[in-house]
Amino acid sequence: MSIDLSQFHQSFFEESSERLQEMETALLALDPAAPDEELINTIFRSAHSIKGAAGTFGFTDIGEFTHLLETLLEEVREASRTIDDDAVSTLLESVDCLKVLLDAERDGTDKDHEQIDTLAQALRELIEGEGAGGDPAPVTDEGAAPAEPAAPDEACFEVRFAPHTQLLITGNEPIRLIRELGRNATATAQVHPATIPAFASLDPVECHLAWTIRVQGDVTEEAIREVFEWVEDECDLEVENLTAAAPTDANDTKDETDSAAAPTPASEAAPAETPVESAPETAVAEPSATPVSDPAPAPDKAPVAEKAAKPAAPTDAKKAAPKAPASASAPSKPKETSIRVGIEKIDDIINIVGELVITQSMLSEVGEDFDMSRIENLKSGLVQLQRNTRDLQEAAMRIRMLPIGFAFQRFPRMVRDLAKKLGKQIRLELSGEQTELDKTVMEQIGDPLVHIVRNAVDHAIELPDERTASGKNPEGTIHLSASHQGGNILIQISDDGRGLDTEKILGKAIERGLVDPSEASELDESAIFRLIFAPGFSTAEAVSDLSGRGVGMDVVRRNIKELGGSVDVHSELGKGTKITISLPLTLAILDGQLVRVGDQIYVVPLVSIVESLQIAADNYNRIGRNGEVYNIRNEYIQIVRLHDAFGIPTSSDDIMGKLMVVVEDNSGKAGIVVDDLLAQQQVVIKSLETNFQKVLGLAGATILGDGTVALIIDVEGLIRLSKTTPHKTPRAASTEEPAAEGGAE
Amino acid sequence: MAKILAVDDSVSIRQMVEFTLKSAGHEVVLATDGTEALDVAKTRSVDLVLTDVNMPQMDGITLIRELRGLATYKFTPMLMLTTESSPEKKQQGKAAGATGWIVKPFNPDQLVATIARVIG
Repeated sequence: MSIDLSQFHQSFFEESSERLQEMETALLALDPAAPDEELINTIFRSAHSIKGAAGTFGFTDIGEFTHLLETLLEEVREASRTIDDDAVSTLLESVDCLKVLLDAERDGTDKDHEQIDTLAQALRELIEGEGAGGDPAPVTDEGAAPAEPAAPDEACFEVRFAPHTQLLITGNEPIRLIRELGRNATATAQVHPATIPAFASLDPVECHLAWTIRVQGDVTEEAIREVFEWVEDECDLEVENLTAAAPTDANDTKDETDSAAAPTPASEAAPAETPVESAPETAVAEPSATPVSDPAPAPDKAPVAEKAAKPAAPTDAKKAAPKAPASASAPSKPKETSIRVGIEKIDDIINIVGELVITQSMLSEVGEDFDMSRIENLKSGLVQLQRNTRDLQEAAMRIRMLPIGFAFQRFPRMVRDLAKKLGKQIRLELSGEQTELDKTVMEQIGDPLVHIVRNAVDHAIELPDERTASGKNPEGTIHLSASHQGGNILIQISDDGRGLDTEKILGKAIERGLVDPSEASELDESAIFRLIFAPGFSTAEAVSDLSGRGVGMDVVRRNIKELGGSVDVHSELGKGTKITISLPLTLAILDGQLVRVGDQIYVVPLVSIVESLQIAADNYNRIGRNGEVYNIRNEYIQIVRLHDAFGIPTSSDDIMGKLMVVVEDNSGKAGIVVDDLLAQQQVVIKSLETNFQKVLGLAGATILGDGTVALIIDVEGLIRLSKTTPHKTPRAASTEEPAAEGGAE
Repeated sequence: MAKILAVDDSVSIRQMVEFTLKSAGHEVVLATDGTEALDVAKTRSVDLVLTDVNMPQMDGITLIRELRGLATYKFTPMLMLTTESSPEKKQQGKAAGATGWIVKPFNPDQLVATIARVIG
């Protein structure tokens, strides 16, 4: 039977990545001083599982490498070795190395043998260093070393097989064993009802028979003994070579118990720790397949043979490292991405689709011979259709939703490594890992998060001495949390480090020309904090190799903006900093407030709207020549006239009594003057950039129920835009411009 | 043609075992660990149990011991899928009542051949 194993490779890669992640998580949680047994077990099982599957699917490099890991972990598990921080580091590096190996196998790219060998060597040293001798020589197994000389075509053996009485209760059957002997040879069995007890005392589950079997054909003693391998302790077995020209094989009458299990000191057998262990064991090979002089047990195990040659010189592993022949120059394949979806999510969709079908048949029945009397049926059918569609949409979106834990999972490792490098003590706390968000959003939030966490480790958390001196716990804490808030997901990164120094920030901002010195005194605390997101601002006193990579917080904010999210920072000097990122759950759909301006309809993202009100003359103020502000409960906010911003003709310049939508953004609040407030609804975002170009003040477009196109307002962009196109009085209300052009400057 | 209960916590191995055994004409029931396998085995009868050793919840050796304790599985062949080459693991398995073992890594042909040894 030929089965193409490559069809299982994708599963193997996915599964192994998950295992590696489990390993990493467990390793990071492991306290070397008091190792938790369950954690060790998890780590061991992961390595073990990867090894088993890697070997089966022919990834010998991975199998070999994980064998070392497994050997080491086995000792830890058996408590015959202690584990220290350095060993954990080596294990973590090994996890990294395996990830690289897996990627290389998947993409068919070259592997970094140097790194593998270095690490393999480090693992061997760990294993030999302490647990030397504790590891049973795994390589040498009976099948691996066919010490038997070439058998003549026609060999003849006499097998005397006397099962112990308990043989049957392990599910073994003498008749099957005898049948197996006859599979590739002629076997003639003769039964000896030697010790059958009296009927009264006969226990039917006991075996009281013995056999003499004559095996003739192309067989070896090796192959015969292998048939009895599983029952070697439950029977008396003698194999006698009756072949006339029997070669000198002294084992003939030796008792099976030691000959079968004894390690064979064959020349290719490697030192104790070598990773070939199970591969050559031919417990399951056809007896006839047992090779005569080749160390490889079966022809389809060619990679194993290669491998068997390698451990002969474990200290000089580099030169012997075998290379998978196919991987040498194969072009990198595009990565297949897939997500795992819980079955209940699929079931939901199937359910809803079922309901949709019912609704559809109901509607088509209404439509069959329609008259006005059935209008109520039509209406209720449409309501149902609407509900089904919304449910289906939500259920379909949920498929793309993944727990944010996937984005968080890299941090424990990163924080540990960075903290170690910097000599800091940092504890990372995670919460809300189960919070789900769209896969695309998650992929894109990864880098900004890394940057923020790195900043926290690098700049915010002080060195232990400094912390102790200021009366803090020498161990700093960084807390990463996620939660849902309305249609958004909130991610908070808080630390108990030194906090942001407003004076320092202000000083630097003035120095960099980001703030006019004369305005400096007017900035409140939160405005100053927001300066760290300004382009060209960096608080790092020296560019470190951790954070100072030319990517500042401005890029972080830009990335978050592009996802339709916002970022905010709160800090208290000496106490810590908290950065809050708010992201939409998905990029495809937005809750919007429809507003009318002139004959145009715009969509304002509901999340940015604080309130809507009618403009009252009392609260209206004019500042300078062009500025207009509105006083809401003693807070002055800028007024943005959409007519002006987008060049829409309006009948009257007077805004008194009109409606104003108050929106809030990172840069503050603003009031958008509109002609009318329409419905609130979910809109599907269509990108403008794909078909046109980026337009300041607009986040995209959508298609409304009646087929018209409505533009979606980008609040922050609009505020910026309105600053450059202030309202001029008296207004030169003449030029009729298309809406989009007003922003295309 | 036999009904085989295959137990492994590794998805890829499960897929491979299932595919191989089905190709060889067997009926396959899958379980992801010992606990699940035990539940499955109690609710239906199988002709052969093929189990991984290292699994969360309940390992393969415990599973074999539990199954052997059940009247319906007294003589059912049970094979361990193991990467452990150390004789101790095999002995532990034997002591628990395992019929035999298949050493990982194995290829589909080996799997089918080994299974042929203990059924029929």
